[in-house]
Amino acid sequence: MSDDLLSLSAAQAAAAIEQGDVNAQELFAFYRERAQADASANGDGLNCFTWVAEDASTTPLASGPGWSDAPGTPGTGPLAGVPLAVKDLFCTKGVPSQSGSRILEDYRPPYTASAVRALTGTGATLLAKTNQDEFAMGSSTENSAYGPTLNPWDRSRVPGGSSGGSAAAVAAGLAPWAIGTDTGGSIRQPAALCGIVGLKPTYGAVSRFGMIAFASSLDQAGPLTRDVTDAALMLGHMVGRDRCDATSLDYPHEIELPRAERLDGLRLGVPAELRAPDPGAAGGEAGAQIEPGVRESFERALKLAEELGASVEEIRLPHAPHALSAYYVLAPSEASSNLARFDGVRYGMRAPDAEDLLDMYTRTRHDGFGKEVKRRIMLGTYALSSGYYDAYYGRAQRVRTKIAEDFKAAFEQVDLIVTPTSANVAFGLGEKTANPWSMYLSDYFTVPMSLAGIPAISIPCGLSEGLPVGLQIAGPAFSENKLLDTSFALEQALGFEEGAARV
Amino acid sequence: MARLARLALSEDELEPMAQELSAVLDHIAKIGELDLVDVPPTSHVVELTGALRPDEPRPSLPREVALEQAPAVDQDGFLVPSPQA
Repeated sequence: MSDDLLSLSAAQAAAAIEQGDVNAQELFAFYRERAQADASANGDGLNCFTWVAEDASTTPLASGPGWSDAPGTPGTGPLAGVPLAVKDLFCTKGVPSQSGSRILEDYRPPYTASAVRALTGTGATLLAKTNQDEFAMGSSTENSAYGPTLNPWDRSRVPGGSSGGSAAAVAAGLAPWAIGTDTGGSIRQPAALCGIVGLKPTYGAVSRFGMIAFASSLDQAGPLTRDVTDAALMLGHMVGRDRCDATSLDYPHEIELPRAERLDGLRLGVPAELRAPDPGAAGGEAGAQIEPGVRESFERALKLAEELGASVEEIRLPHAPHALSAYYVLAPSEASSNLARFDGVRYGMRAPDAEDLLDMYTRTRHDGFGKEVKRRIMLGTYALSSGYYDAYYGRAQRVRTKIAEDFKAAFEQVDLIVTPTSANVAFGLGEKTANPWSMYLSDYFTVPMSLAGIPAISIPCGLSEGLPVGLQIAGPAFSENKLLDTSFALEQALGFEEGAARV
Repeated sequence: MARLARLALSEDELEPMAQELSAVLDHIAKIGELDLVDVPPTSHVVELTGALRPDEPRPSLPREVALEQAPAVDQDGFLVPSPQA
């Protein structure tokens, strides 16, 4: 029975519960035990979680407005009884929500994030909070104040980041599915490195209310799941306008469960700039070197897409090589502003024995923030400071315009754009921590889409050196159904062995 | 810059931080090579219209809930250190 439960995808589990074949309490207990075993393994586990539920009763229910968690009926709705793992940075009422930071240690918010309530309001139960890079700043989950998460495929390697705990938990079968956030690649890259599916929706499709903010013009919540169908199922319940987030939008149509088998007539574009074998050849910042095994898996996926009826052509995104530089101005700038709220006054930790207010601020922030967070706050403060604003922030915003225009032009030529999600497979723990820019390059292929606000998905497309490789597919705003359908058809054709890294 | 960011950094933290930031700034400076005259800035990708809602009063977080997570509270407010206190 246990093996049967483990083999069920979230969509299958929801259907089995509805038909009475699986008991929701039993399913919750099964995953709770697995998650708790990892959480209490003291260094022998993957360290996926920062908190695990005692039982299903901590689940926030309906999706009422504002800070109030309106009461609802537990265990009803289409997701009834499917346990959900939630990235630490989502506020969950009464449950530690620390964003991977010491400065928010044991912070228990008075309300629950809208994206989480959208899922628990339709019956999903809160299973656990997942580990992440502090304030979502990182690509390896090594920047967590609660220790690094390990990759279930190879424990000497990172799971990617910043949603590394969510990705590792799903890949290891410690949670049926998880919700994460993506600012520059934080859903897609860990999904790729852990061999699962991760989708960053169109900016504005999902409410950001209750997400502890990193870079507000880029942050988006989305699913990390075993397969494409689960991603569609979860996304369908997440999208929609929320009056608590003025940048959230009415999603223009239903998110449908994918069913495409063929890709006839679909035009796929491969950006020359991101495929360039010679880093820097396309101008701008030297790109990430694509590993041979990653390139092989990527080319194989393109060939399969052609066999399914799609055409593949080269496109140009002339400003894409500048995306990472622009991103590392914009995101730290927004972060330096967003993180000003952590001052030791209203919540979180406070450094003791301060002489005055300024002393309390600076020492609290010194003790509470980790190294990478301090680095980005400093970078953002510099980029926004008087005299440098035009040279950095102003210029980066203009680069952002050019990147969005590049995508717009490309989507007149092709339907979707494909790249490897990451230039490399999962790298070793500690391998990139000494050199910030080498870590930042992890997001080379994912950042352009973030700046343009367009949706992108990562699906596993093969193995290189025994480790998963991710294929990224991006489309115009609100093209999630097409992304999911295309991913679904490719997923069937690729035959990636889902669940190979379960513990 | 650390003072502006309200961060206390010790002497032995400052030097490596300065070096790391300089290295990152060298990469970022590449955007200076682009010709961006007449290009409008994008602060946000979503075209927002009608983001205003009716100004209707509704309950806010109760005071005791708002104070519950504070490191120090006095009477009905947040308590902060003050040399005059």
